[in-house]
Amino acid sequence: MSLTKIQSIPYGKEVIKIKNISLAFGGVKALTDVSFEVKKGEVFAIIGPNGAGKSSMLNVINGFYKPTSGQINFAGEDRKEMIPEFAAKSGIARTFQNIALFKGMSTLDNLMTGRLLKQKQNFLMQALYFGPVQKEEAYHRDKVERVIDFLDLQAIRRTPVGSLPYGLQKRVELGRALAMEPEILLLDEPMAGMNVEEKQDMSRFVLTANDEFKTTIVLIEHDMSVVMDISDRIVVLDYGKKIGEGKPSEILKNKAVIDAYLGVAD
Amino acid sequence: MIYKETGQFKSTYESDHSIFPLIQDKIAFNILMLVAFLVVPFFIDSYWEKAILIPFLIYSMAAIGLNILTGYCGQVSLGTGGFMAVGAFATYKIMTFFPELNIMIIVLLSGVITAFVGILFGLPSLRIKGFYLAVATLASQFFIIWLFNKVPWFYNYSDTGQITVSERTMFGVAVTGANAPPYATYLFCLILVIILGFAAKNMIRSKIGRSWMAIRDMDIAAEIIGVPPLKTKLSAFAISSFYIGIAGSLYFAVYLGALEVTESFDIMAISFPVLFMIIIGGLGSMLGSFLGAAFIVLLPIFLKNVMVDLIGLSAVTAKHFEITIWGLLMVVFLILEPHGLARLWSIAKEKLRKWPFPY
Repeated sequence: MSLTKIQSIPYGKEVIKIKNISLAFGGVKALTDVSFEVKKGEVFAIIGPNGAGKSSMLNVINGFYKPTSGQINFAGEDRKEMIPEFAAKSGIARTFQNIALFKGMSTLDNLMTGRLLKQKQNFLMQALYFGPVQKEEAYHRDKVERVIDFLDLQAIRRTPVGSLPYGLQKRVELGRALAMEPEILLLDEPMAGMNVEEKQDMSRFVLTANDEFKTTIVLIEHDMSVVMDISDRIVVLDYGKKIGEGKPSEILKNKAVIDAYLGVAD
Repeated sequence: MIYKETGQFKSTYESDHSIFPLIQDKIAFNILMLVAFLVVPFFIDSYWEKAILIPFLIYSMAAIGLNILTGYCGQVSLGTGGFMAVGAFATYKIMTFFPELNIMIIVLLSGVITAFVGILFGLPSLRIKGFYLAVATLASQFFIIWLFNKVPWFYNYSDTGQITVSERTMFGVAVTGANAPPYATYLFCLILVIILGFAAKNMIRSKIGRSWMAIRDMDIAAEIIGVPPLKTKLSAFAISSFYIGIAGSLYFAVYLGALEVTESFDIMAISFPVLFMIIIGGLGSMLGSFLGAAFIVLLPIFLKNVMVDLIGLSAVTAKHFEITIWGLLMVVFLILEPHGLARLWSIAKEKLRKWPFPY
């Protein structure tokens, strides 16, 4: 499965098909028989109460966990063994629930790591650092500077990310994923722990990324007002099972979803 | 005022990404190079050569190597002594097999051989991290020393188990052996350190360096953005061992001339001091490798001068005090400035931006 294959899929067609995925850790069933489809170019949300298996789902999609059973069809191709490196090569980027930045490196360097897969010079050329290497560095720097402009990170370009406040770290992490120029962007609670203004900023960035770069976005989020506002379609998980799927307006009326979130009266 | 960066505009990404972005740094470096190449060689005597400059250069090389592995890639290693021994014995064996080969090529080849040994001992790093990896590299240290002791082929079946360097020349001047003039050995080491130092800095500021740091800071995230952990860690082991192997080669061929493996490459003689160098100098800093090497080389000389010559203690007592002070300084350093001399320097630079008119 290659990057070009994803790119060849027209917008609005399915790009990821999750088919009957189950995932178990010993006796603990994290996911049971979950199926859904993500269409190219949409903002797709996965919601559900704590421990519903949302993050596990993302981990399965980008090859971090191997599903116990089921198939993932990716750009029209059933995929077999998957490791994160291949996922990255086929155009999947992600952010983490607990920020997973490179804390000792500056914002700029963190974003530059997003370009690593696209840099082709070998280490001997890098050690000599002349012509082609310099050109390549400058080319990718230019790409990264666009992301920096887009996310308003100019002022913290040289700051080690470990010393940045939480909201900015979240933004840098989004920047690193965007620097990869992904076809599919998996966001694991991008707005957790933010205040309203920060959430508005983040929503704007996510929507712009979706709109301008045509990135397909799969996101997990707990803030329902955000989810209902920005997502095109939603899937709801509870105890590892899918209990609802559809447009935000449909989900709001879904009985099973309301029961899962608010409990059932006896 | 001294470090004023106002008015230094960068108009290309290339110039913004250069090794010395500030004009002041560039000037300082150029002056240092002029002194090192045009002044020092005319005044160097064998005391400065053997006691200060050559050990400083060789330890700098080893510290750069270990800093690549530990400071930049985050893989703690206690096997520096072992890898330096590999470099030394590789030099010795190449010298006996190819009597005509140029010394520069011999040294570089020894580095390459050590790089392969480094890859071999780096394999466990895929599975183990931190302290456990440190113990695994410690095993490599002991294994390598044991091997060079037990297998007589490595020391050409000599009775003492010693290896001795033969005389080799560069441009008609001996750089190894007893007759090598101080300026020749000094320049030989200096050129290697400068060229390989720049190469290391270049690697660090480009793709491979960022992969190492990504693995160091958060290996899971690195994997997810497409950095292959095994390849990256092994490349760090290989390149680090290359530098350490060259340091070992120089240590044997240029510095000592003749050595016995247990004594010269013992863990207390090499592995720990080099690790202290990068900790005191600054983990993950090129400048730190040099500062740390200078500190560790100069401190005993300084202490000896003060205690024996100034205060008049006996040499034995002074030696005891030296070890105590050394340990004490180490602890104090780790508490007060865990990021090392390189950080102190960057703080000083920050102050110098405004000094002497802070407001």
